[in-house]
Amino acid sequence: MKNKFLALLTMLALPILAFAEDKLDSGDTAWMMMSTALVLLMTPAGLALFYAGMTRSKNALNTFSMVMGAFVVAFLVWVIAGYSIAFGTNESAMLQNVFGGFGNIMLDGIKWTDLSGTYPTFVFIAFQGTFAAITIAIASGSVIGRLKFSTWMIIVVLWGLVVYAPITHMVWGGDGAYLFDAGALDFAGGTVVHMNGGLAGLVLAILVGKRAGYNKVAMKPFSIILTAVGAALLWFGWYGFNGGSAFGANAIAGLAVLTTTIATAAGAVTWMLIEWFMYKKPTLLGIASGIIAGLVAITPAAGFVSVSGSLIIGVVGSIVAFFGVVKLKKIFGYDDSLDAFGIHFLAGLWGALSIAFFAINDKDLLWDGPLKESGDRMGQFMVQVESVLIVGAWTLIGTVVVYFIASALTGGGRVDEETEHDGLDEAIHGEKGMNL
Amino acid sequence: MKKIEAIIKPFKLEDVKEALVEAGIEGMTISEVKGYGRQQGHSELYRGAEYVVEFIPKVKIEIIVSSQEFADTAVNAIKEAAHTGKIGDGKIFVSDISSVVRIRTGEIDTEAL
Repeated sequence: MKNKFLALLTMLALPILAFAEDKLDSGDTAWMMMSTALVLLMTPAGLALFYAGMTRSKNALNTFSMVMGAFVVAFLVWVIAGYSIAFGTNESAMLQNVFGGFGNIMLDGIKWTDLSGTYPTFVFIAFQGTFAAITIAIASGSVIGRLKFSTWMIIVVLWGLVVYAPITHMVWGGDGAYLFDAGALDFAGGTVVHMNGGLAGLVLAILVGKRAGYNKVAMKPFSIILTAVGAALLWFGWYGFNGGSAFGANAIAGLAVLTTTIATAAGAVTWMLIEWFMYKKPTLLGIASGIIAGLVAITPAAGFVSVSGSLIIGVVGSIVAFFGVVKLKKIFGYDDSLDAFGIHFLAGLWGALSIAFFAINDKDLLWDGPLKESGDRMGQFMVQVESVLIVGAWTLIGTVVVYFIASALTGGGRVDEETEHDGLDEAIHGEKGMNL
Repeated sequence: MKKIEAIIKPFKLEDVKEALVEAGIEGMTISEVKGYGRQQGHSELYRGAEYVVEFIPKVKIEIIVSSQEFADTAVNAIKEAAHTGKIGDGKIFVSDISSVVRIRTGEIDTEAL
């Protein structure tokens, strides 16, 4: 896979010297277009329902709008400049570490006949765009019920350029990109997407403050049925997210599809059992949360790990996320409303670190890194730790900057007291989630 | 004995409740109501169709107190807590009550408050 990235990047930089081996494969092309559609489904259907169902009924429509709005805006930002920053090649070797430059603004310089390995570059761009868009949409779950829609839209624009694209470049940006060169393994976006989106959510939640009445009044979800349907759609789409991250219709994609299934089921069973033992009742929200925790945990590892490895990753991912949602949030008292941090950051963090222990030591499978070069699992672990720390620090600082700019541009990031009390659905959108 | 009825903006209920508790008022009954005053509601647009919102959601608070002084205290507390200065802040009505009975004990009038 790494070779395909290299091929792509070399080709972008030196279009005349495109390798003879770059030949379009219809099977790979079909799978990548299908994967793009699958990943797309995850956001405006899966994540939107997952989140809206968990929100109070007066804010459910706003929650759905935040996700769908983020998706459409982030996709445009991706095409206009995000792709260039993430996957472009910078002439300065120093800047290439973190920043792909502006050479492909509006996809300038990329032709419809260009190939990314064995399928069209345009398909790669669309596929990666769905990743960029879901990442910021994940963060919305931490700030529903009080963040202004206008502030949110500005955050989406800036965040895609300042946080998402440089991080993607560092991890997946090819030769000369810092974490890529260091040998960090992130199959489908444990660091790039889930840790990143989850941490951005936490930062925003702290900056915008808690919902009025948090920890005092009951905040009952609109409909857990919708949340469960959302989780099911996310799982369905995740086959494109992880399977598509093999960048071809091949055996690695097959491995990713299987490990994704195993870890997810294991995560769901684990959460269900924890609740059953601790609170005497297995909730549907718990099963749905376990599904997401398992999916997130396996994401960075999907195409690298063994069957038993994926089972452990799912189980532990669910335990870690449960701890985040039930304990950590209480201890520190932040209002991570729909647990974007608790589930996406923590399970993503665990998944990213777990690769060092559970990756199959098979050179045909692995990307370049200490594990592939010398079977050095401890060395790989240190690289994983480094990637987690760098991504975490970048997200933290970048999100703070983005929030303050967005907040200043929209006259404060928080809705007024009356809007928050009456519900954002009617006050902001003039609509209700359901008219009975 | 006096009855105070206050029609306020729903989001001010929590503030008003706190102000009343602070002023020593011990009980209240609330209901979600709809209505309009001098502005006669307002019109809105949705998908090109215009419609009039005649009745706007409000919260009604009812309190019974034993004396005029308590009534004044309560009215002031509500007036300050529910004030935003914008249209639709609501109104407060005070009226006389002729008798009160506590159902559980049969106590009557001020004993029952």
